[in-house]
Amino acid sequence: MSLSIQTPAAAAPATPPRRRTRPKTLRFLQRLCKERPLGALGAMICLVLLLTGLFADVIAPEGFNAINPIERLKAPSAEHWLGTDQLGRDVFARIVHGAQLSVIVAFAATTLSIVISALLGILSGYFGGRLDMVIQRLVDGWMCFPDLILLIVAVAVLGPGTWQVILILGLLFGISGSRIIRGAVLSAKQNVYVHAAQSMGASSTRILLKHILPNVMAPLIVLYTTRLAAVILAESGLSFLGLGIPPPEPSWGGMLSLDGRSYMFQAPWLAIAPGIALTVAVFGINMFGDALRDLLDPRMRGGGGRYLARVKRTIGS
Amino acid sequence: MGFYVLRRLLALIPTLFIASVIAFTVVRLVPGDVLDLMLSENVYSSGAPEDRAQLEQALGLDKPLYQQYLHWAGDALQGDLGESLWRNTPVTGEIAARLDVTLELGILALLIALAIGLPIGIFAAVRQETLGDHIGRTFSILALAVPNFWLGTLVVILPALWWGWSPPNKLVPFFENPLENLKTFLLPSLILGTSLSAVIMRMTRTMMLEVLRQDYIRTAWAKGLRERRVVLMHAVKNAMIPVITLVGILVPILFGGTVIIEQIFRLPGLGQLLLEAVSTRDYPVITGVFLVTGVVVMLVNLLVDLCYGYLDPKVRYDR
Repeated sequence: MSLSIQTPAAAAPATPPRRRTRPKTLRFLQRLCKERPLGALGAMICLVLLLTGLFADVIAPEGFNAINPIERLKAPSAEHWLGTDQLGRDVFARIVHGAQLSVIVAFAATTLSIVISALLGILSGYFGGRLDMVIQRLVDGWMCFPDLILLIVAVAVLGPGTWQVILILGLLFGISGSRIIRGAVLSAKQNVYVHAAQSMGASSTRILLKHILPNVMAPLIVLYTTRLAAVILAESGLSFLGLGIPPPEPSWGGMLSLDGRSYMFQAPWLAIAPGIALTVAVFGINMFGDALRDLLDPRMRGGGGRYLARVKRTIGS
Repeated sequence: MGFYVLRRLLALIPTLFIASVIAFTVVRLVPGDVLDLMLSENVYSSGAPEDRAQLEQALGLDKPLYQQYLHWAGDALQGDLGESLWRNTPVTGEIAARLDVTLELGILALLIALAIGLPIGIFAAVRQETLGDHIGRTFSILALAVPNFWLGTLVVILPALWWGWSPPNKLVPFFENPLENLKTFLLPSLILGTSLSAVIMRMTRTMMLEVLRQDYIRTAWAKGLRERRVVLMHAVKNAMIPVITLVGILVPILFGGTVIIEQIFRLPGLGQLLLEAVSTRDYPVITGVFLVTGVVVMLVNLLVDLCYGYLDPKVRYDR
């Protein structure tokens, strides 16, 4: 008797509810396209940027650093799609390889910054007390310096170079981002299940991994995407000033730098292509990041369109 | 309010201390020695160890680091930031001579950013999901993505190419000829202001949307007030409070922007001083500029906090 009652109840969890059948990623992509078309466009741009970076050598195999004085300052043509620069290097090849450089710098520096943010934010937010106070005062002191000025001074100290730029950008954005993570940890700590775990004697490591980290994941991902764009902009700004990636490397910012300014009057295409590449890349990442934020983290959702959409959905129109 | 001001001022002291320690130590992390560099670039030095010891003593580098810091911080508190390594001129004087250009550029840019960002933000919120809103938001998205150094480069190059016109780069002091002075600053601050306006516009729009959904706005409508009055008297006033904090956040970004814009338009501001110092490795100047920008940002944030406390009494009693 009791068996026959139990069977359907026990069987129920075995067949998941229908909404769960589609894989999570696919559902997420569908939501992205439906709710945030601009975000989907941004995702496309990010994908193109990533692929360009990965296959730079396939897309533009001919030497992006091959100096060719005869071909110097040639206007865009069938042979050189985006023209050539003052040393006769193909601008298209340099843009493509610049994408590779941007992708490398962006991912490396952002990953470093996120690790620093997460470590600092969790240490400060979860353990609190005196440690929190010391870390927060240090972050206060650090954050009153303008980003670009800090970067310039740091480059003056470490010297220019790809690795130096990655290290500096990672540190800079890591420290400033730790505030956001600390806030998320503080609010996650308030949850009753965290108190329950603590009172049951769970170790700090367990609580951090099982309860705090999942709560901090969404802000971390959002922070990651917004930082990607910020890193690309900061790197190109530094390279523009001649303090970032050193010259022979094809950095987008470096291609626009003041050293090349006098040639741009003769060859305006030198000033156009890297700027467009930068703008499109930053636009794409920003849009994708915005969409991610709206879809992943309702707490960070700004007012606006989403509210109306929610109302419409509840009304059913 | 008096207590609140006092508390904010006291809270400034540890931050100032830590910022000064950061400014002092970061520059001293340089690999290789300033002394070697100075000796190698000095024609008169024979490379003898005595020279080195003498120079070390003259620069006070023979003392332990904490003593160096105390000495430097004590001087800095009295407005003395040391001397430039190469020119032997006081750093404070050099900074003072350049600060006005940067401040004028920054203030003009901020005013332009507010003049563009606030009205568009308010309009976009009031006419949410209309064509105007979409145009405003598209503008802000684009302005966020276009790097200001590219915009500046285009503004210098394209008009020169098309019409043979280039922006004036002759700097006339403001009090001598305000009109000429503003002419020089117009384009640089316009570029900087436009890129900042996007942030202000987004923030204003979000805040306005939040406020427009409040009960007191519904009450204002229900009283039969005109839209202009509801928006300007009831909504904008309340939405502006968080936007003021944004000014505090924007000031560091503004500083970074002035470095780049000064470089493009060749304006002799603080940013140029810093870049010159970086290329000549003039460490006292780097430390000085670094510290000054940090302190300015800190003071602006203090001012913003005080305004916030004045406008929103709730903040004052917050712990």
